[in-house]
Amino acid sequence: MAAHSAVLSMSKIINPFWGGLLGNTAKVFGTTVTSHRSKTLLTGENIPPPAKYGGRHTVTLIPGDGIGPELLNHVREVFRFSCVPVDFEVVHVNSALETEVDINNAITAIRRNGVALKGNIETKHTMAPSVKSRNNLLRTSLDLFANVMHCQSLPGVQTRHKNIDIMIIRENTEGEYSSLEHESVSGVVESLKIITRNNSLRIAEYAFRLAREKGRRKVTAVHKANIMKLGDGLFLECCREVASGYPDITFESMIVDNTTMQLVSKPQQFDVMVMPNLYGNIVSNVCAGLVGGPGLVPGANYGRDYAVFETATRNTGKSIANRNIANPTAMLLASCMMLDHLELYDHASSIRNAVLTTMNETRLHTADIGGQGTTLEVVQSIMRFIQSKGQLTSDL
Amino acid sequence: MTTRSLRSLSGALKPLFNGHLSRPPPARYGGRHTVTLIPGDGIGPELANHVRELFRFCCVPVDFEVVNVDSSMASEDDINNAIMAIRRNGVALKGNIETNHNLPPSYKSRNNLLRTTLDLYANVMHCQSLPGVRTRHRNIDIMIIRENTEGEYSSLEHENVPGVVECLKIITKTKSLRIADYAFRTARAKGRRRVTAVHKANIMKLGDGLFLECCKEVACGYPEISFDSMIVDNTSMQLVSRPQQFDVMVMPNLYGNIVSNVCAGLVGGPGLVPGANYGEDYAVFETGTRNTGKSIANRNSANPTAMLLASCLLLDHLRLHAYASMIRRAILSTVTETRLHTADLGGQGSTSDVVQSIMNAIQSTGPQTLSI
Repeated sequence: MAAHSAVLSMSKIINPFWGGLLGNTAKVFGTTVTSHRSKTLLTGENIPPPAKYGGRHTVTLIPGDGIGPELLNHVREVFRFSCVPVDFEVVHVNSALETEVDINNAITAIRRNGVALKGNIETKHTMAPSVKSRNNLLRTSLDLFANVMHCQSLPGVQTRHKNIDIMIIRENTEGEYSSLEHESVSGVVESLKIITRNNSLRIAEYAFRLAREKGRRKVTAVHKANIMKLGDGLFLECCREVASGYPDITFESMIVDNTTMQLVSKPQQFDVMVMPNLYGNIVSNVCAGLVGGPGLVPGANYGRDYAVFETATRNTGKSIANRNIANPTAMLLASCMMLDHLELYDHASSIRNAVLTTMNETRLHTADIGGQGTTLEVVQSIMRFIQSKGQLTSDL
Repeated sequence: MTTRSLRSLSGALKPLFNGHLSRPPPARYGGRHTVTLIPGDGIGPELANHVRELFRFCCVPVDFEVVNVDSSMASEDDINNAIMAIRRNGVALKGNIETNHNLPPSYKSRNNLLRTTLDLYANVMHCQSLPGVRTRHRNIDIMIIRENTEGEYSSLEHENVPGVVECLKIITKTKSLRIADYAFRTARAKGRRRVTAVHKANIMKLGDGLFLECCKEVACGYPEISFDSMIVDNTSMQLVSRPQQFDVMVMPNLYGNIVSNVCAGLVGGPGLVPGANYGEDYAVFETGTRNTGKSIANRNSANPTAMLLASCLLLDHLRLHAYASMIRRAILSTVTETRLHTADLGGQGSTSDVVQSIMNAIQSTGPQTLSI
């Protein structure tokens, strides 16, 4: 039965026509197929933890561009300092090249290791349109269908809004990011936004299951179904269908323009939000801005078999690269999420506590949150905190 | 708040009319203008009534031709009548017409139909921090120019394979050039320094890439105005942390929708910002965020400010500048009084109180009937 669902998802990827055929089967035998598919969907439930060779995990590391390399070096430093049993396999991706050899190597490495930590790879506008976004290629090839971002007001950071706790689940592989565009008539460009029933059901199920796991009360679907009736209408319908299977969780829907306006005036009303790709991009950036900026929020991309961790707002940060002023918090919290995924909970909590405690100290705030601290100072303070709280090497 | 500073603020709120110098002002029959009024649904009818009340009180030489559009009917007769009326009069004031999700997908959004048929290609929304309204950000002054007819709102969708829907987003060179030109002309007319194009060209390379290219082309013809571009996700994050950096923004349809709602939220909510839709030959005025407001309809709690400021934009378009400034000044002085704030601004005032106060302000500062 696992094979059946694997065939379903595989055929959907390989041949959309086939996916439609099997989709018919899904409609007729809806319950059977859905229940089997759902078993394999939850990341970390059925997937065995990555193999530990000699007690150590191997994680793919993609430095990316801009502030990526320096932040990932700091992550390695902190991991080494805390004796975390993780080895990094570094794969460089050159964004200036037009060939896809680099990114394919990275994808193979992630398939091998199962987990990755990455910086953002720049997409140059000046290159030909046939050069696809590397980040997008990675997400779609590995079918990392859910992007999860947890925006929480941090106590030490002063923001205009307080008590924000929003979990954003964004469909990561289709929608407006299909990279399908053509110019049939010169001067008229058509961009295709694809919404499929399978992917919408999948992301809705992921959202509700996550909400239930974390004890959340409410899921809000964000859409624009008054204008895109078929597309977002399908997405909304799928969410409603899945919602009926979770009676303990309230489901509501909101149009994206109203959502952004509410986020700016009263963000405390939102709990869990699920949405297609583009709205997810905009809403997650608005929420990141509300809790203090791009330097504070980590993001995770989950697929059925793989997980890739990065900063939530995926900024390259070219203008602040190599100047020791970038905020390492987002990348370090992303690495903590990765440790949780690898089931190394102790290490994850110790590093996370250290990061959050350091955030409380205003004199260590970096430029993006209004302070004058440097990256190095922040990292050293984190390491000092870990040293003071952690076990002494002599005790181990 | 001194009257002089209020006056300068109301002067700053005057919309563009220089771009329409080539178009003659609408014909005045017997010295009075005729304007189409579409009440719409939700709070539209009551706010439209307040506008009429206020205009009558101020002796504004405008007659309203009311055209009702029933949103529950599937036939397009109603909206076609409205469109014909607007073609006849040239100018309209409208409330939002509800788009019921339960109707089949072949039923197009009435508001969208109106905009595309009349080719109202530019939606202009001016978000300014109002002095009397307390918000988390201060000194916001952003002008948002949004392409109003194409982009994601083409209503072109199909389901070739069951379970797979394709929505088409159309970007054309002519329309992108047109909206970019409008944006730069407006910026020049208002003495603005900077235009920012908002896009997502790293993902939608051809579509938003074309839009960006057109903006760059037009920018070359306006050397005194600096042009830059920003990706929409970064834009929304910047808007939430530091909105004061933006001056004029130009963008395609969907991003315009989202960004304008974010800005409306930043300056105080949907009840405060007016919006205008300009085309080559027609102009339609409405609230900036196009809310139907079904849940607060007929409860005397809606904020009339947005609709009344939209009617001032209408008067400016008709070149009745004296009336426009008079009403605008009165509205702004009323908005500074916290005890008159309606529920959306955190107060407990009612709509009729606000309108009454505006009328009192006009009466106390306007010319006496004897002297006319």
